[in-house]
Amino acid sequence: MNVTFTAEELAFREEVRGFFRDKFPSRLREQQLRGIPLEKGDYIKYQKLLNEQGWAGVNWPVEYGGTGWSAVQKYMFMIEAAEAYAPEIIAFGLNMVGPVIYSFGNEEQKQRFLPDILESNVWWCQGYSEPGSGSDLASLKTRADLAGDHFVVNGTKTWTTLGQYADWIFLLARTNTDVARRQEGISFLLADMKTPGISVKPIITLDGEHEVNEIHFEDVKIPVENLIGEEGKGWTYGKVLLQHERTNIAGVARSEVRLKQLRAQAAQSVRGGAPLEQDSNFMRKLAATEVELKAMEYTQLRTLAAVASGKAPGPESSILKITGTEMQQAIDTLYMEAAGYYALPFVPHQYAPDFGDAFVGEGAETTTSLRYFNFRKASIYGGSNEIQKNIIAKHVLGL
Amino acid sequence: MDFSLNEIQVMLADSIEKFIDNDYDFESRQKFADSDTGYSAEVWQTFAELGWTAVPFSEDDGGFDGGPVDVMVLMERFGRGLVVEPYLANVVLAGGILKRVASAEQKEQWLHPIVTGELQCALAFVEPQARYNIANVATTASADGDGWVLNGSKGYVLNGRNAKMIVVPARSSGDQSDEDGISLFAIDASADGLSITDYATIDGHQAAEIQLQDVRVEAAAVLGDVGAAFATLDATIDDATLAVCAEAIGIMQKLQDKTVEYSKNRMQFGVPIGSFQALQHRMVDMLTACEQSQSLLMWAVMVNAENGDDAKQAISSIKYQVGVAGRKVGEEAVQIHGGMGVTWELDVAHYFKRLTAIGQIFGNADWHLDKLARL
Repeated sequence: MNVTFTAEELAFREEVRGFFRDKFPSRLREQQLRGIPLEKGDYIKYQKLLNEQGWAGVNWPVEYGGTGWSAVQKYMFMIEAAEAYAPEIIAFGLNMVGPVIYSFGNEEQKQRFLPDILESNVWWCQGYSEPGSGSDLASLKTRADLAGDHFVVNGTKTWTTLGQYADWIFLLARTNTDVARRQEGISFLLADMKTPGISVKPIITLDGEHEVNEIHFEDVKIPVENLIGEEGKGWTYGKVLLQHERTNIAGVARSEVRLKQLRAQAAQSVRGGAPLEQDSNFMRKLAATEVELKAMEYTQLRTLAAVASGKAPGPESSILKITGTEMQQAIDTLYMEAAGYYALPFVPHQYAPDFGDAFVGEGAETTTSLRYFNFRKASIYGGSNEIQKNIIAKHVLGL
Repeated sequence: MDFSLNEIQVMLADSIEKFIDNDYDFESRQKFADSDTGYSAEVWQTFAELGWTAVPFSEDDGGFDGGPVDVMVLMERFGRGLVVEPYLANVVLAGGILKRVASAEQKEQWLHPIVTGELQCALAFVEPQARYNIANVATTASADGDGWVLNGSKGYVLNGRNAKMIVVPARSSGDQSDEDGISLFAIDASADGLSITDYATIDGHQAAEIQLQDVRVEAAAVLGDVGAAFATLDATIDDATLAVCAEAIGIMQKLQDKTVEYSKNRMQFGVPIGSFQALQHRMVDMLTACEQSQSLLMWAVMVNAENGDDAKQAISSIKYQVGVAGRKVGEEAVQIHGGMGVTWELDVAHYFKRLTAIGQIFGNADWHLDKLARL
């Protein structure tokens, strides 16, 4: 056992660090630091930069244009990206539908979809949840009825993150109702968002943001060549995707950078007042959170090492989903507490690029509560944390 | 970065597991704990024959040159087996001081017989008023001709019942909580003026309160430099802290396994209690606590094996974690075992008590969290 990196690994880290130093736009870094929301073009710009470097498919196999990185390399990349305040890679294409297509799609589908995913030419969104199917995903009601060379899709998908930007959607829909288990008879389909009958309705979340949507399907014709794998096996494919999603949701590297920043911030006086580090209650909570996060970092490294030795991310990714999202929320809470009164002004408009009036609060203070509210979602999405516990109880503990 | 054990460590792990499985069942453990010495001399002999008492010592001292990873391998398994033999007190604590500062003659006299399993010693690192501050030493050592005279009290001296020699930190200069001015003395347990009141501890181990009244020792009894013992003491306590954290994680994993197993077999309302979601989620929380603790232990042990900059932070982090997660896992294991969990008969309660004791020593969770908060 050792924690030392090889010379090759250290050289790799320098290379990644150099990329973020030289090529990552400082405007994006600045916006991220101040909690200012990025726009669609910003994400695409970043992902295209990654792709030019050959780094878009972090988790993809080399044969499909992925990096083929080792566990340590992936870990280093995540840390460096977080340190540089790079945005999250938008998961829907690169981390979700991409792996499903290269794992279960046919040759034609791979050639048709994978290059555009890697190059971020197409923005994907996810059609899983429904108004009546949250954590109980297998109860989904959206129908896809075969009619000659296409399916006719009717139903409603919801909580579709950034669906307003999307060019394509991947969805689970029921193609067969005459099944023994509810998990059977569900198919994995891909649809162009411009297909007639698809409409997008915004949902405004508690922080006032438009991040998620409801997507309506009314007699939407999806060609049969957009079916991934076998009809009725979509649940199996979708589960693989969820396991990838859960590993990514954990966000350990980003949490590390945020905590480090908070400790540095606590040492400084704000507006001439006493530095927060004189508040021993706050500092003890911060320290306890740091310990928990360090444990997570090594749990993630152990998981990555297991994956690197050839195992697929299994149910233990559920542990990371739980601890990772609880960690994000714990950090959000600390930031909000640190901001005191200045967590309260509801002034998201002042972060618009053309805002010219007087700015309220310092730095990202007034965004801390918004993030706190927004990230209540983290323990709910991707299968609520209670569902994760059911999964662990069944598949890990054998209960 | 590598999380795997090397070949020698795998062999060490296998040999301990085999010993626990074949020769160290819970009934035997209870018998050893209840005996006059509080451990089995025969088992200790086996430890020595299998080379376990030699693990953390250099080859020059007759040891195996093992480091924190090797001690972790050992202690995790001692935890799972609920081993009551005084490995911590004799090998890690007393041996830890001797290997660092003892002269060649002193090593010959005390360290080598520890390595070969022939001698029991102790380290009196606690004073009743000091709580967890090892620099708080009120016991005095006054120069007296070519020797020293010691006066004071020591508490919770692990293995105090069996120790033939006790390493006693005493203040030769400075104020009561100064790091400077502490010296270490190797004192024969039968020395005049030294009185020992031994007792069993809640976890089936044994310790003693020790009074020193004008105990006179020769200059040859001083271990290391006069007045400069704090660093030695501190490094030894750090080793011991890592060791008990590894033991705790072995215990936590054992309790986790036992609890899940029990919940699959215990029937209530016509079904196994493990089918109840209220219990399933609690057992998942236990699993998460075990996994998180295991990860943190690996980090702490590796950082300390490599003398990393964050070695101290790592020790406080893992001890805090073990304090909090250990209590959670222990209490939950008892709760889910129901009435049986609170009986003396079932081993679960004894694992829980050992875990509780580990939480109380070398700084509890609050003590270490406070250190981390002030980093």
